[in-house]
Amino acid sequence: MLNLAVILFALGLIGLLTRRNLIFTLMSVEVMLNAAGLAFVAGSYRWGHPDGQVMFLFILAMAAAEVSVGLALLLQFHRREPTLDSDTASEMKG
Amino acid sequence: MQHLLWLIPAFPFASAAVLALVGSRLSRRAAAWLGSASIGLSALVAILTAAEFLQAPPAGNAWVQHLWVWMDVAGFRPEVAFYFDPVTLIMVLVVTFVGFLIHVYSVEYMHEDDGFARFFAYMNLFVAAMLTLVLANNLLLLYLGWEGVGLCSFLLIGFWYKEPANVRAANKAFLVTRVGDTAMAIGLFLLATHLHTLDIQELMRRANDQWPVGSGIAIAAAALLLGGAVGKSAQLPLQTWLPDAMAGPTPTSALIHAATMVTAGVYLIARTNALFILAPPVQLAVALIGASTMLLSAFSAIAQRDLKRVLAYSTMSQIGYMFLALGLGAWSAALFHLMTHAFFKALLFLAAGVVIQAMHHEQDMFHMGGLRRQLPLAFWSFVIGGSALAGLPLITAGFFSKDLILWQAWSGPNGNGWFWIAGLVGATMTAFYTYRMILLVFYGPAKKELSYKPGLAAAIPLCTLCVLSLLGGYVDTPPDFGGVPALSNFLNSVLPPLNEVHIGPITEIVTAICASAAFVIGFGFAYFVYAPWRRSEPREDLLLRLWYSGWGFDWLYDRLFAAPFRFVAKRSASDRVDSIYGGLATLTDSISMGLRVTQNGRVRWYATGAAAGFIVLFAVALFVR
Repeated sequence: MLNLAVILFALGLIGLLTRRNLIFTLMSVEVMLNAAGLAFVAGSYRWGHPDGQVMFLFILAMAAAEVSVGLALLLQFHRREPTLDSDTASEMKG
Repeated sequence: MQHLLWLIPAFPFASAAVLALVGSRLSRRAAAWLGSASIGLSALVAILTAAEFLQAPPAGNAWVQHLWVWMDVAGFRPEVAFYFDPVTLIMVLVVTFVGFLIHVYSVEYMHEDDGFARFFAYMNLFVAAMLTLVLANNLLLLYLGWEGVGLCSFLLIGFWYKEPANVRAANKAFLVTRVGDTAMAIGLFLLATHLHTLDIQELMRRANDQWPVGSGIAIAAAALLLGGAVGKSAQLPLQTWLPDAMAGPTPTSALIHAATMVTAGVYLIARTNALFILAPPVQLAVALIGASTMLLSAFSAIAQRDLKRVLAYSTMSQIGYMFLALGLGAWSAALFHLMTHAFFKALLFLAAGVVIQAMHHEQDMFHMGGLRRQLPLAFWSFVIGGSALAGLPLITAGFFSKDLILWQAWSGPNGNGWFWIAGLVGATMTAFYTYRMILLVFYGPAKKELSYKPGLAAAIPLCTLCVLSLLGGYVDTPPDFGGVPALSNFLNSVLPPLNEVHIGPITEIVTAICASAAFVIGFGFAYFVYAPWRRSEPREDLLLRLWYSGWGFDWLYDRLFAAPFRFVAKRSASDRVDSIYGGLATLTDSISMGLRVTQNGRVRWYATGAAAGFIVLFAVALFVR
């Protein structure tokens, strides 16, 4: 189960690093969050301790909040630019 | 009125403060009214005070008004107090009255300028500082006014600060006069430490009691004060700033750089005359400086092309006359010439302002001509002012004051034939450059369409100053002509009178005839060279070029002082110690340039960075124990 979590996390990270579309970026972040949650559940199962499952509930709640904020930002961004390419949002470069 | 002395500088100071604080919100009309009316009120108070003073001269021939104690430190107790005696009376009347006329004129001259309120704020502050200078009871308050007028001079020369040349001229004026002012400050320290007071009258009494004539300390103190006077009055060797100061607006040149501020040095020496009498070598130096400045700048004036620069050199030359008179002990003659010079030189500058405005801000005299019929008011102002400057015999003010100086240059105890001849040569040159100027500007073919005709606000000051330039001399006419030297008698109640010791072959009548001859020669020579039908393009030769550049003093000072300073500064900018700090700065700069590259604004790039950082930290935590 931990292996599955690692694979999921790696997939999410690769998606985050390679995709330029902001929706995919957001989805990759979700995948990574869920991989972390899975790792908590796996740990909880392994040591027979409920803390890990409690933590997963927290992560779930936080993920919901994060997605709502992320989607709101995405909508705002789409209103300013006719694209969802994250590389166009680089006005603050040094 | 004696208790209202403080009002004289207070009016201009208050209006300067108002104009400086809320001037940008006032309308032009309000700013003009405020700026001129304050000087007008000040002039009114001055005239009433003078009238009362003349009616009933007080005991000791002076009024003192103590306002408050400025500071009280270890027995050193300078007051803010005003002192009003005949010398002050003349100065205050000249400053307020001529100042008022110039302010009225400025309303028209500066009409279209963006910095209208700013201009009047500076001008009012100048008048306030100048009145503080002449009314001050002690040298410290005088020094406050002295620095105040220097500041206003700086601000007004650089009034059009968007032009780099004007800013350079302002800096030059400030720095060069600063040399003299520093000398004067040291002189004040010397006087304060040795005589324990700076109250002028008390100081003169104590100096007379404690210092013998010709003692080293008296010579040092007088020489240091002379340094200040030389800087402010643009005499050799600190004269180079005045021609460049013409970068300021023309009313500024009339008020500050002709009529009032540049004569502050003359006032200072006349005010501290007891000190100079105690130091005969310094007094001789005053006369020599005056005579040489008078001659050198008269020659420079001959070669100038710029109308205002001719007047600037002429101002230096005329102040040279005043210094010559001071150096010979002819105190009242110097102040007499100061007064008449204020009238006719202000008149000439204001008329020059009309000409320059009418000629689309052209100042080169060789591009002018034929203005006699087009600008009759300016023409007659120039003729009257110029004749007074050149000393047209008997009917102009300048003749009487210059004649008095020439006569006393011979007859005074320090006088001799050389000073007398120098004065006559100077008078000839003066007549020459004055009529050269008038012939070039007003005769010959017209070269340009006029862009301006003087209005009422320009005409009233010009006419008033014309009358003063003609009649101002009759306050002091020589007894040999059947006149009454009223002004000299009045001033001699506080200044040491001049004993006429040389009554040899040269009498006052002979001097007057020689001065008239000098006028005729100068005028005739100018007519001979610059008459309309003979006029040619300006010639270029080595001597004229030398005169044009003011005898190369700028070049000399640049080589002597500026160039070594630049060299040392350049060397010390690249030494070892500096390279350490410079290297640190370069290092920081290059590191920051390198780090800047990472801030490329791409969110995936930042995510990669975060991931890589996490992996590195994780690896360190796992494998490094």
